[in-house]
Amino acid sequence: IGVDEKSLISILTNSNEEHKRSLWKGSSKLFIEDENGFERWDQSSIKILKHQFNRFRDAVVLSLLHPWERDARLIEKAIRKGPKHYNVIVEMACTRSSDQLLGARKAYHSLFHHSIEEHLVTHIKGRERKLLVALVSAYRYEGPGVNEDVAKSEAQILYEAINNGDKNKLLDHEDAIMILATRSKQHLQALYRHYNQSYDKTLAQDLEGEGILKDTVECLCTPQTYFTRVLEAAVKEDADEESKRALTRVIVTQKEQLVKEGFVPNKIQDILLGLYKDFMLASIASGDVK
Amino acid sequence: MATIDVPEQVSVLADAEALRKACKGWGTDEKAIISVLGHRNAVQRKQIRLAYEDLYQEDLIKRLESELSGDFEKAVYRWILDPADRDAVLANVAIKKLSPDHHVIVEISCTRSPEEHLAVRRAYQARFKHSLEEDVAAHTKGDTRKLLVALVSAFRYDGEEINTRVANSEAKILHEAVKDKEFNHEEIIRILSTRSKMQLMATFNRYRDDHGTTITKNLEGDSGDEFLKTLRTTIRCLNDPKKYFEKVLRNSIRRVGTDEDALTRVIVTRAEKDLKDIKELYYKRNSVPLDQAVAKDTAGDYKALLLTLLGKED
Repeated sequence: IGVDEKSLISILTNSNEEHKRSLWKGSSKLFIEDENGFERWDQSSIKILKHQFNRFRDAVVLSLLHPWERDARLIEKAIRKGPKHYNVIVEMACTRSSDQLLGARKAYHSLFHHSIEEHLVTHIKGRERKLLVALVSAYRYEGPGVNEDVAKSEAQILYEAINNGDKNKLLDHEDAIMILATRSKQHLQALYRHYNQSYDKTLAQDLEGEGILKDTVECLCTPQTYFTRVLEAAVKEDADEESKRALTRVIVTQKEQLVKEGFVPNKIQDILLGLYKDFMLASIASGDVK
Repeated sequence: MATIDVPEQVSVLADAEALRKACKGWGTDEKAIISVLGHRNAVQRKQIRLAYEDLYQEDLIKRLESELSGDFEKAVYRWILDPADRDAVLANVAIKKLSPDHHVIVEISCTRSPEEHLAVRRAYQARFKHSLEEDVAAHTKGDTRKLLVALVSAFRYDGEEINTRVANSEAKILHEAVKDKEFNHEEIIRILSTRSKMQLMATFNRYRDDHGTTITKNLEGDSGDEFLKTLRTTIRCLNDPKKYFEKVLRNSIRRVGTDEDALTRVIVTRAEKDLKDIKELYYKRNSVPLDQAVAKDTAGDYKALLLTLLGKED
């Protein structure tokens, strides 16, 4: 992605000193002659190159792993890295099928000798813990048949929890958590529709700013919205490294789904072109510094 | 160890024919039904059902349901089902009661292995078109609901490893929670629903060693407190399931008017597992063999089936 592997490999494997010297002098984008007449790497270009390679490496590793092991490892990493990464746990728990999530839980046992729930309660002390444990423990029914009356009344429960109660206490609202963590996705999507019809705004809109609660609702009810948001954040001009890593994760783990949704080739191509464009711009910019 | 007595050679075709014969015509030959089904394990029972369906284009279970009645019919129905399907049915019955049987839900969640419990969750969805946790959440409330949903959702690590530091700190946490009487339910629920069974046993042992008494003794209290009752059942099931089952049997027989539901449930669900050990515990505790106590308190075909499952010679 944005790196010409073939020429790089030929450069790396060519041990001819003369060749290397000419490379140093020739690639003014990557090498700068400093005060001592010594050509050395341009730091900022190298940083970009490193990140590109890391992302490429991540993409390869993620693609090669069994999906269950892959998801288990992503969850473990997210738990370790802290609150800014909890959305990854939500993503894993809510955008996989019930059996895939179960598989990830099994893989987690084998890899880490604990259940995901155990690690969640050990490492997460904040208020998000309850919701995350509940989401990860779900084995949702995936068949058809939704009780519209129940969906409507549960939409009301959520509405009241958000609008009448203390928004700060939402993560502690037992009924809201039960609904989000135990109901089937079809049921929740019906609930989402009822919410919109009854209150003239979407549940996601009402949860604006509520971090993982909003992520949860989006992942369960409108996953395309969630993934589009993640992908777009990754290709912004000022996207940080985390957002860009998210791109790798989403593209690799959602390949089949993205294809189904008609994402590839249009959107993906746009995104990849965007990344490549970034790389090229950065390379040119560092050349300009000289 | 199991109590049922299964012959060396079994022909599921012959069995299917024998059952057909038992159901045809006037009346039903209940003895024949018991003598076949009462001596077959889960795999064989499933094969017999398939053979019967093949031969007679009819669901054996439906046929038996129509031919039999009362406690006998309930027991046969539960016995003939696949273990996971059976647990799903038992859970659903417990949930849908006007006053849900919380202890049955705990029993099913906590005395099965993690893999068995997963199979129950799958079987529940297949049969009832809802997830088990959904239905539990919809029919219970308060802290009891929190505990039960957490227990049915658990997929515990199945390994033998024990962390003594954790056992120590969590025994302390449990003691603090129990001492306060204003139980910190969140912490108790967290520990009981996420830790592996081996880890929990280490924690319970540590508690007993540190405080000279078991945690369940410390939880004795107001029998009107549903959460407390459910909590005690949870700890008993996790700590020593056989002892728990012995107690359920003892109470079910002792009761004025036997609690057939409980009696059937324990015998049917443990006959292929550890009913032998439970029988020994029962004898130690009550100085009367379980077979004898059951024979005294039940009658007819129902009694005959239970005794067969208990391993009594015909």
